[in-house]
Amino acid sequence: MIPIGHYLFLSLALFIIGVIGVLTRRNVIIILMSIELILNAVNINLVAFARLFGDVAGQVFAIFIITDAAAEAAVGLGIIIAFFRNRETVLSDEMDMLKW
Amino acid sequence: MHLLDKALFYVFAGVAVISAVLVVTRRNAVHSAIFLITALLATAGIFLQLQAEFLFIVQVILYAGGIMVLFVFVIMLVNLDVALRQVQFNRQKWVAGIVVLALAAQLGLVIWTAGRIPGAGPGPNAAASPAPAPQLQPNAEMVARSLFGPYVLPLEIASVLLLVAMIGAVVMAKRKV
Amino acid sequence: MQELVHGLTQFARMNAGPLAFAVVLVALLPLMAGYLVLLERKIMADMQVRLGPMRVGPHGLLQPIADALKLLIKEDIIPENADLLVFWVAPATSVMAAMTALAAIAFGPGLQVARDLNVGILFVVGVSSLGIFGIVLGGWASNSHYSLLGALRSSAQLVSYETAAGMAMVSGLLLAGTLQIRGIVEAQRGHWWFICYAPVGFFTYLVASVAETNRAPFDLPEAESELVAGYMTEYSGFRWALYFLSEYTNMIVVASVATTLFLGGWLRPFASVRWLGFLDYLPPLLMLAVTAYCLVRVPQQPVAVQKWFLLAVAGCCALGAGMLAAPLALAPAKPYFAAVHGCFWFLLKVSAYIYVFLWLRFTLPRYRFDQLMRLGWQFLIPVSIVNVLGLGVALALADRWPLWASLAVTTLATLLIAAYLVRAGGRSTGEPAAAGKA
Repeated sequence: MIPIGHYLFLSLALFIIGVIGVLTRRNVIIILMSIELILNAVNINLVAFARLFGDVAGQVFAIFIITDAAAEAAVGLGIIIAFFRNRETVLSDEMDMLKW
Repeated sequence: MHLLDKALFYVFAGVAVISAVLVVTRRNAVHSAIFLITALLATAGIFLQLQAEFLFIVQVILYAGGIMVLFVFVIMLVNLDVALRQVQFNRQKWVAGIVVLALAAQLGLVIWTAGRIPGAGPGPNAAASPAPAPQLQPNAEMVARSLFGPYVLPLEIASVLLLVAMIGAVVMAKRKV
Repeated sequence: MQELVHGLTQFARMNAGPLAFAVVLVALLPLMAGYLVLLERKIMADMQVRLGPMRVGPHGLLQPIADALKLLIKEDIIPENADLLVFWVAPATSVMAAMTALAAIAFGPGLQVARDLNVGILFVVGVSSLGIFGIVLGGWASNSHYSLLGALRSSAQLVSYETAAGMAMVSGLLLAGTLQIRGIVEAQRGHWWFICYAPVGFFTYLVASVAETNRAPFDLPEAESELVAGYMTEYSGFRWALYFLSEYTNMIVVASVATTLFLGGWLRPFASVRWLGFLDYLPPLLMLAVTAYCLVRVPQQPVAVQKWFLLAVAGCCALGAGMLAAPLALAPAKPYFAAVHGCFWFLLKVSAYIYVFLWLRFTLPRYRFDQLMRLGWQFLIPVSIVNVLGLGVALALADRWPLWASLAVTTLATLLIAAYLVRAGGRSTGEPAAAGKA
């Protein structure tokens, strides 16, 4: 069967790609999508270990993470819409009203 | 059968990684969203391959069929043609690249050497599925028993969290508060 | 590479049945959808006291083939500045989602592509909800205002009614106790069909599924007098045919889910009552009755070609009767009894459900978009949630009170709350209540 290390490396790859997206993109919506990638990477990790140890708690934790991601995406996108209505931009570089 | 299992995993893993790279590099936000949908569906496939059937369907319904619809709606509402012609990556991309490489090297080292350090766990070569059970456990029932048994408190807190998020999203998106 | 081929052939040999069934389904589905369109036009004509398509082939039976040929050879128009990849992928996504949802549906005891799926019914719901992307991306990729607005309206409608449909399904699942499709149908074998225990759930699912498939009276996104044709405006020829195929396949999927959950799936009426076992002979007798009717009408036809046509129909029905009677009479065919008869009853119930869809289309006027959203959010979702609560309470009290008593009380409470919601909806907008069970 497939060694657990392969699942962990897949999870690592998705995590790294997500972190690169969060740190380097200007478009705030794509930053949010990269955060979803990070959460998915963690889910793969959890479910792989749940299978390794035969404990279903990993899958339960993953369900909670998906719930959390849904809540955070909803609120984050609401904030983006509110901001867009005021400033007409979705680029993170231009959201600098608090800079002095 | 084991071979087909492995083939499925590598196919889904490849699709997931390629889609993730495309999510992060596309200029058009709708294209990024489409590739994120494929990445999420590939992850759902990996869940199914790990015999987590309930999580597979929760991922498809909630993540791919719910959260991504929300993303696509918002992208279409704030779609700016002018954003397509601007620079896509911000000024800190080189520093970020170095930091991320360091992070990746650290985590990769941890995964690679786990098991050679005494007491560090099963190691990366432990088979991800011990001897297959004679019959598949009913996955949805087991998750349900777990959710309404030992983990009922996080379940209730999660429902309060969703209520709070709903109210927050409605308030944030209203025209006048 | 050698082992990969070996593994694949072993997989194919072990799953030959489901794979063959999948191939048959995918091959037959365009034909079934096309003839469903013809059936709809004929039934519409019947309700409007006219004849419908009669020219192409006897009684218009070759009309779907003519339509398909026309759509295939039409010019493929792509709007200027349309996003080509997404424009191409969107109708394909709709069709893929609808057809994949058919994989988990059981047409009979063994007639299923994805067998033993632990979360069978949720798989159908989840995958068919991926069809929303086909609509939204198609509307966006057309680079046209009408398309985008129509797509946003249509997907808002689909998302709104998905929750109500899901809750209505939960009320059926509470009674079944399992998510496996085979388990749900078998749970209806000893008891009555679940529509008798959860009628509010069934009617909520009926209304929500009409809205889910963009059918009238909820077809604002694709009505010709509104936004041209919504998200399908810029699609012509074969791509439009793909969208249409996905819509009719969705109708079949939704009807199959309702049949499985509420109408007893592939079980004959009163499946566990032994003294009603003569109902097993009903399917071949029905087909023989249709055959006899056709044969009786043959001498009354004025034209020879119509006589031959009726004889052909009679022959087909006789063949069907023979296929249905064979497992009852011939010993070698006995193992196929459950599958063949189960398929017949399943298709009969699905056809009845789709007939109700068509009946609604030709009877009721269209809902305006705000009325549609109000019906979904302010009436159907509260009613379905209250229904689930009531059913849960009734089932929890099942060991103390007789089930019919607690079910009657909670159904009555749900109906009272629904009536209150109807009146409250009417009062808040100052117009006669626009919401109500269709």
